[in-house]
Amino acid sequence: MNRKQKKLLWRIIAGAVLFIAALILTHTVLELPWWGELILYAGIYLISGIDPLRKAVVNISHGQIFDENFLMCIATIGAFIIGEYHEAVEVILFYQVGSLFESVAVGKSRKAVTDLMDICPDEATVIRDGKRETVEPDEVEIGEHIIVAAGERIALDGIVRSGISSVDTAALTGEAVPVQVQAGDAVLSGCINMSGTIEVEVTKPAGESTAAKILELVEESASRKAKTEAFITKFARYYTPCVVIGAVLLALVPPLFTGFAFKEWIFRALTFLIVSCPCALVISVPLSFFGGIGCASKNGILVKGSNYIEVLSRTKTVVMDKTGTLTKGTFTVTAVHPVEMEEKELLRYAAYAEAESAHPIAKSLRSAFGEELNYALLSEQTETAGHGVAARVAGVPVVAGKAAYLEGMGISCAAAKEIGTVVHVAVNGVYAGYLVVSDMLKEDAEETVEGLRAAGADKIVMLTGDRREVGGAIAEQLGLDAVFAELLPGDKVAHMQRLKEELGENGSLIFVGDGMNDAPVLAQSDAGAAMGALGSDAAIEAADVVLMDDKPSKLVLAIRIARKTMRIAKQNIAFALAVKGAVLILSALGYANMELAVFADVGVSVLAILNAMRTGKN
Amino acid sequence: MKKTWKLRDLDCANCAAKMERAIGALNGVEKATVSFMTQKLTIEAADGADMDVILKEAIRCIKKVEPDCEVIVK
Repeated sequence: MNRKQKKLLWRIIAGAVLFIAALILTHTVLELPWWGELILYAGIYLISGIDPLRKAVVNISHGQIFDENFLMCIATIGAFIIGEYHEAVEVILFYQVGSLFESVAVGKSRKAVTDLMDICPDEATVIRDGKRETVEPDEVEIGEHIIVAAGERIALDGIVRSGISSVDTAALTGEAVPVQVQAGDAVLSGCINMSGTIEVEVTKPAGESTAAKILELVEESASRKAKTEAFITKFARYYTPCVVIGAVLLALVPPLFTGFAFKEWIFRALTFLIVSCPCALVISVPLSFFGGIGCASKNGILVKGSNYIEVLSRTKTVVMDKTGTLTKGTFTVTAVHPVEMEEKELLRYAAYAEAESAHPIAKSLRSAFGEELNYALLSEQTETAGHGVAARVAGVPVVAGKAAYLEGMGISCAAAKEIGTVVHVAVNGVYAGYLVVSDMLKEDAEETVEGLRAAGADKIVMLTGDRREVGGAIAEQLGLDAVFAELLPGDKVAHMQRLKEELGENGSLIFVGDGMNDAPVLAQSDAGAAMGALGSDAAIEAADVVLMDDKPSKLVLAIRIARKTMRIAKQNIAFALAVKGAVLILSALGYANMELAVFADVGVSVLAILNAMRTGKN
Repeated sequence: MKKTWKLRDLDCANCAAKMERAIGALNGVEKATVSFMTQKLTIEAADGADMDVILKEAIRCIKKVEPDCEVIVK
């Protein structure tokens, strides 16, 4: 509890004790005239309720007639005027208790979220003139060296200059996987240095560091409001004036027809005023969204606005990129079919023939061969881009490449059974067999598709620039609904547009890619997600939902969090509206007392806040 | 031009919404956000607008809704 809350607590305790004492005294030994009781209870009222009263007076002088404090005070002072002294004191006490609970609960959930985002250290140890100085990260210039001891959080982005250690990226990615770093490796702010002391050359100012950027995104997410949120603030704007007008009518109209029983109807009208505060509604919805966004960022998922929470929760169609999203994007030799030679020998010829090619396939052949190449053995290399290579390996002519390339030289090739990129090899003009190089599925690709289905996605589509057989094989393996292959970037946009039209307004279309050159496609989706974005500013900038590591299954988690958040936000709205509506009806009919009305105000707020805090837990 | 300030003693969510509306309507302000959760005020002003003047006006708006709420100006 902070100072303000403690003060409030004391006011409540003092008020409550005096109130009980006064009740006992006036009912037993103390006979007071009406004005004596008025003074006594008004005194107790002031002790516990001076703060809302003071605020009400200040605000009414500012012309804020629909201010909550003002309405509360009118209601209680009105109760005094019609002679309900006990009621007035009880109501203000109860209201103050509710306010205290509300304030504590809000403080707690604010803290829960800020703790989560506490990834920017307040200080850094910088080396200046050979001495260590502790300064604020803002004061460190690019090019200066900072020292990060074991157990400390890295304050600024940079490159390790000396020292060996492992860093934990959990704060950024949600995954506690330590990464080994040594001189020359880049490290990101927000990570925790786990084992040894490292010296880091700073490459970005504090304001542009990864941790600061993430923090900024999460904090700014509040400004992109969900429809639900916009609806509720708008509703609140009209709700209070309407209820206040209702109260005035209730106080004036029925008595004209029921024999001028003003006291009874004024009492009911005052009850209306207490229920007129929209705080429970207004507080619970952004709180739920914020909890959801906080929970997502704890898991390495940045959601750039409450509106995207809403979009994610309605996911119906998911469009995924292939390379780098569902597959690892690294090629591996998955089959070797030699003709009249050892597998190793075929690999050796292929690796040598492709020795100088920078193509990813050539790289995979060299790594599959696994031995250091002796470049002295190579001569007369020629590369026909997109087709194949020819070279002499230890004087023997070798060609490697597509079937068409070899057949163009009069060498007939075997038909490959496997799906992937096939590299045929001929040695000394004789066909020597083929190798298959393919991209591997990510470990969690299958789990992702299953999870998406369980989370309500009824159409999962893959778009790829790769060949039809490759795309088809993956789609079949994962059980995707559709695959569109051999696409140029422009085709992807067209497919997105068509899918969006097919879906209509029945749900949202989510695109997941690696964030590279995805901007036009991202723009066509309701929410675009970029994967493996850690350290890539461009991807973080472009996407609406940023998955820090490269696990597609994080998208499933994001949708689950979004759905839970929406569920809780809706529960809160329904609950607050139902209780307020019920109390309004009951009090119009004369069945509700003021205490019940206070519950409909602050009590509902507290319950809604507590419910909203569940979104932060996962 | 965009600037952010921290707020102290922002106690009521509806007040935050009211402040946001009032500040958003100020001259030269393109977008204003008062975040109840992070207790932060963000103002996006038109190019050429005087941020100091806007801030002064914004503080007046805030005081009008919640007299205890302070803008922490560094």
